[in-house]
Amino acid sequence: MKPWLKWLPLVAFALCFVLFRLALSHPENPVVPSKQIGKPLPEFHLPAALPDMAGVETRQMKDGKPHFLNIFASWCVPCAQESGALMAMHDAGIPIMAIAIRDKPADITRFLNRYGNPYQAIGVDQGSQVQLAIGSSGVPESFLIDGQGVIRYQHIGAVTESDLPQLMTIWRQITA
Amino acid sequence: MIAESGLIFLWLAAMMALLQSLFGISVLNNRLENLFSGAVKITAIIQAALALAAFAMLLWLFMRVDLSVMLVAENDHWAKPMLYRLAASWGNHEGSMLLWVTILSFCGALLALFSGKSDQKLLSLALGSQAFLALGFFAFLLFVSNPFTRLNPPASEGLGLNPLLQDPGLAFHPPTLYLGYVGLSVAFSFAVAALLTGKADRDFAKSMRVWVLGAWVFLTIGITAGSYWAYYELGWGGFWFWDPVENAALMPWLAATALFHSVSVLAKRDALRVWTLVLAVTAFSMSMIGTFLVRSGILVSVHAFAVDPWRGSFILGLLGLYIGGALALFALKIGKIHQGNHFVLPSREAGLVLNNLFLGVILAIVLIGTLYPLLAELISGEKLSVGAPYFNLIITPLALLLCVLMPLGALLRWKQDNWMTLKWPIQISAYFFIIIEYALYLKGKWATAPMASLAFGVAVAVAVLCIWPLFLQKKKLWRIRLNVWGMVLAHLGIAVTLCGIASTELFSKELLTALKPGQQANMGSWRVHFDRVMPDMGSDWTAIVSDIRVERWGHSFTLHPALRHFTNPVTDTSETALKTTEAGQLYLVLGQQADDGRWQIRGWWKPLVTFIWGGGFLTAFGGILILLDRLWEHLQKRRRKSRPDERQRLFL
Repeated sequence: MKPWLKWLPLVAFALCFVLFRLALSHPENPVVPSKQIGKPLPEFHLPAALPDMAGVETRQMKDGKPHFLNIFASWCVPCAQESGALMAMHDAGIPIMAIAIRDKPADITRFLNRYGNPYQAIGVDQGSQVQLAIGSSGVPESFLIDGQGVIRYQHIGAVTESDLPQLMTIWRQITA
Repeated sequence: MIAESGLIFLWLAAMMALLQSLFGISVLNNRLENLFSGAVKITAIIQAALALAAFAMLLWLFMRVDLSVMLVAENDHWAKPMLYRLAASWGNHEGSMLLWVTILSFCGALLALFSGKSDQKLLSLALGSQAFLALGFFAFLLFVSNPFTRLNPPASEGLGLNPLLQDPGLAFHPPTLYLGYVGLSVAFSFAVAALLTGKADRDFAKSMRVWVLGAWVFLTIGITAGSYWAYYELGWGGFWFWDPVENAALMPWLAATALFHSVSVLAKRDALRVWTLVLAVTAFSMSMIGTFLVRSGILVSVHAFAVDPWRGSFILGLLGLYIGGALALFALKIGKIHQGNHFVLPSREAGLVLNNLFLGVILAIVLIGTLYPLLAELISGEKLSVGAPYFNLIITPLALLLCVLMPLGALLRWKQDNWMTLKWPIQISAYFFIIIEYALYLKGKWATAPMASLAFGVAVAVAVLCIWPLFLQKKKLWRIRLNVWGMVLAHLGIAVTLCGIASTELFSKELLTALKPGQQANMGSWRVHFDRVMPDMGSDWTAIVSDIRVERWGHSFTLHPALRHFTNPVTDTSETALKTTEAGQLYLVLGQQADDGRWQIRGWWKPLVTFIWGGGFLTAFGGILILLDRLWEHLQKRRRKSRPDERQRLFL
């Protein structure tokens, strides 16, 4: 066996290793620009999910001010996980509207008592019709809507603390 | 408390693994050898028991649907049947890694329990290496992927209810593949031990052989089952997509196939020592690289797992340590290992080496094709995917050549043979090949699908060559040894799979027509009666369901392809209808209605498509027969050994 030949497997593996290392340090941008961005909200009118809070309708979103629309459900675990981040946004003064998917008033009340209530209004979407029309396929999802009712950003999955800086930047862009 | 006990078992198992690897390595010192070779076995057994206990705790949590544990809350649901609650425990990242390392420990314990005859030093070192592998993966679980993390406050309802994954085939697909992947770790550990002791002889090969074969059988079953699941559940009509995750399973299989053949040569003829060591390290390395590619999410794949770069970095570190370490050891120590016996052409050894080379080249092509998108993205920043066209173009001719060579090696004798041995079998199979190719030429298939025509002829000719060794035995069929039957069936399975692939390419009949209810059409030898359409509805959809009766040769059945209309958002989807028969598969799709009241109907008849998976299972069955033969031989030897004692006793 030629002396250099015995190092060949190690060298080949080292090349693979470097490739893997580089691929890992260039993580794929997790934010895939949503196809919904730039589209106006579809027309909808959702009844109030709780007796003491307002429902959600498209007209409210076209009041010239930006809105944060969160799609959630009391039966969804990641929705409970994102409650901390949503409360932080609420505390920062961002008005959050919500659409509850296939939910019951009693369950929603229990959910909000447990994890806090960051919402201004909650509409209930029993058949997921509005959810599908907006272009959301799961819970939780969040949308940033500008004053004209146009979708400016879609966030799929739970909002975490690490997403907040980016969301705040986009929020400031829309507000300005 | 169940989750906490699980975590404690995991920590204890990790400590045992540390102890076991220290005991294992200390055997290199001759004075300590006798002291620690027993201890290393005992720690291996305790470590496996602890890992099994940890995994049992996870299963228990999933059975109880304990929503105060994060993993359970995210993947389980009380409405699931018990089988799928259990399957949910390994259907996620943390649980599947725990299963992975549990199987690794379990293999170590089996090795400690059932390798009585092996060289004790080799065995102790192999067990030490096995424990060192386990240690890294225990650390991975404990530090970055703890399956027992609590959720506070507990969730009120579990999340996991993905109906697509609730399929018995899929429930057992990951454990089967893992048994294959991780079974190869034993071969890896033996190779490391052989490099450390400088002894890679026939005994080493015999100790390793059963493990390689067992792992190979599980890999074969896992890949075949996964391919079938994708075909009938996803309904795309394809059986192999060259998806990175499929390649991640195929690469260890290719390496294990080569390894099994070369380790057989080493066990029988004491040749190919270096090559066997390279393959033993490569096979498990491919398993680990596969795990890394799937778990780190650096490749885009249909098998979406949670993307987590930090976990990816940890596994990559383990990869560097284990594969890099083993290959460095190889480079440093291989000079001390004698090449082994030489061999001449033509001989069975030479045939096996040639097959090995082809397998190696195919493995390299699959690896390069799988990793190329990564490289391209780093260099040009552009995303691209190396799809089926690349793989099909390059691999098809090589695979066909390999198929032709596969049975020839089995026809040659060990040590040295005569080319004339091959004369008759080649002649007879060539007749078959020529007749089939001529028939395909007459049917005009050469012009439309040249590669598939060639492949079909090759498949039949190879099948003839595959069963030829049965006639060489000059025995009645039931007197032929199981390992010969095993080899014949394993090779035949490959020919059967090839036949299935070629025949779906060649003979599939397609129907594209528009019919009014009551009208009929022909699709190949099938008569298709479009009987009627009926409305149907669900929660957010309405549908048109058709009754289409198909008949041939007196058999008839009715299929119900449908067209679904979702109201919000407005979408139409086709619900295809499938019917599997012994001879093939029918596939019907209902399309839109035209203005004149006729409905579009598409259909396919795919003859022999089931051969693709039938062949895979036949190959695995061949492997099982060889394993049974080894077991039988082992028991026979034991009996022979105990007989002289009895005789002595009689004389006394």
